[in-house]
Amino acid sequence: MMERSRLVFSGSGGQGIITASIILAEAAVIYENKNAIQSQSYGAAARGGSTRSDVIIDDTEIFFPKVVQPNILISLTQESYNKFASIIRPGGLLLVDSKYVAVEKKVDAVHINLPMYDTVMKEIGKPIVFNICVLGALIGVSKLIKPDSILKVLETTIAEDFMDMNKKALDLGFEMGEKLRG
Amino acid sequence: MNNKNNIKFIQGNEACVEGAIYAGLDFFAGYPITPSTEIAEHLASRLPQKGGKFIQMEDEIASMGAVIGASLTGHKVMTATSGPGFSLKQEALGYACMAEIPCVIANVQRGGPSTGNPTHVSQGDINQARWGTHGDHAIIAMTASNHQDVFNITVQAFNLAETYRTPVILLLDEVIGHMREKLVIPEQGEIPVVERLRTSVKKGVDYHPYLPREDGRLPMSDFGGEHRYNVTGLFHDMWGFPSNDPKIVSELLRHLVDKIENNVNEIAMYKEYWLDDADYILISYGSSARSAVHMARNRRARGVKIGVLELQTLWPFPADIVREKCAGAKAVIVVEMNMGQVVTQVKNAVDNPHNVFLANRVDGELISPSDIKTLLRMIQGKGV
Repeated sequence: MMERSRLVFSGSGGQGIITASIILAEAAVIYENKNAIQSQSYGAAARGGSTRSDVIIDDTEIFFPKVVQPNILISLTQESYNKFASIIRPGGLLLVDSKYVAVEKKVDAVHINLPMYDTVMKEIGKPIVFNICVLGALIGVSKLIKPDSILKVLETTIAEDFMDMNKKALDLGFEMGEKLRG
Repeated sequence: MNNKNNIKFIQGNEACVEGAIYAGLDFFAGYPITPSTEIAEHLASRLPQKGGKFIQMEDEIASMGAVIGASLTGHKVMTATSGPGFSLKQEALGYACMAEIPCVIANVQRGGPSTGNPTHVSQGDINQARWGTHGDHAIIAMTASNHQDVFNITVQAFNLAETYRTPVILLLDEVIGHMREKLVIPEQGEIPVVERLRTSVKKGVDYHPYLPREDGRLPMSDFGGEHRYNVTGLFHDMWGFPSNDPKIVSELLRHLVDKIENNVNEIAMYKEYWLDDADYILISYGSSARSAVHMARNRRARGVKIGVLELQTLWPFPADIVREKCAGAKAVIVVEMNMGQVVTQVKNAVDNPHNVFLANRVDGELISPSDIKTLLRMIQGKGV
């Protein structure tokens, strides 16, 4: 039985952080037969300010749907990192993008600092798939779910013409994450 | 194994949409308002696919009028709203009570009063659902804490609206409406669906729209169809024509209340967790019930005899069920996100109201398991 995974995705409105969190949770539920819940902050903060999306994945039933102490925190802006780094569960995993976040605080967590944005821009040139690269890195390092399950969700939600680009972004992220895993 | 096409990962508002379509909804009129907007949004695409009609009206008042009219012409109808929109619907809602018109009103609760706290959770409309429209009347109001249950109670809401010819209110809340989780859509026929009961009176034969059958039900005739009849918000006789005859007024009012209040136990839906030996009982509903069950499950693991009674029917209030379930409890904690609306009903229902406590939160955040635990520890004399 897997340990309950509590994730907080944080970043800025428009980075696709909420979309990424929904894709992850949907893939876990529909293609890996797990339970998952996704919820997000609504309001003015979702339009350019710092956004937050909570995801819980587990084999057993999930009742309280919010994440108080994430064991995985993803921060894609300095602001969101500063805001949320302190809530991470001791020994948890912190995933940040090296272009956007300078890690300052010392929190008890495994720090994963990857050039996801720069890699996407260099290899693909389209920032729109940045979030999928982040998702790839996340599952590469955490093995939460299989990349195939993410691809299956993407196939049902995006136009065929964009699949190659998304698959490439997912692979780039996955490789970066997996490498760190060693 | 379920067909993957039947498994959805969606918002609670979409679960409500799926339940409504399963129940036979074919007319929706509404005016979008956070946090209910996704109900209108998804019905705008789903209903036309099913041959139904979606209309965005100029406001909530008109929307309520439109669904009442459409129901009379033979359609299964719904509107959805939140906060101040629910206030605007109250006058026409009373009309639907008086004229006995089946309709479903989804109210995805947000913080109030007034425009309040639009993007945050609240359960502050429980009493408004009961008494928001003026005058004596009865109403059915239901709620749920997960998407499978949202689907189920939505189907039941349509069934009860048809069975009792009454408006039925779905009291969802922002957390349930917006969060995403799994929904498995049942096969057709898995959940019974109550169809419109139409009169067998032939065309050209006198049809009495307000003359109940022996079982109390009132068969309908699609308005504008085979029979001419009157519909009014005034007290009315069996033809539907206005009357202030004391006997008719009294009988009609008693009928409107009794048809629902005499069937509390048939209408009541609830769930229970670990109640059999519970010293402490949490009573909750909607999203706060998730926190209650979460907390009770953790305390059970530590040996505390605690259980949860989750109410899905809030009106008519299932007082007998609450009294029976709470009979052996040392303390009852009502967990809700308002200043104490259901707790008042619970105090009235149980034998020992001094043992009933309120665990609430009214800051727009979902009450947490630790919020409830704090109160439990104080009741247990353990301190915070």
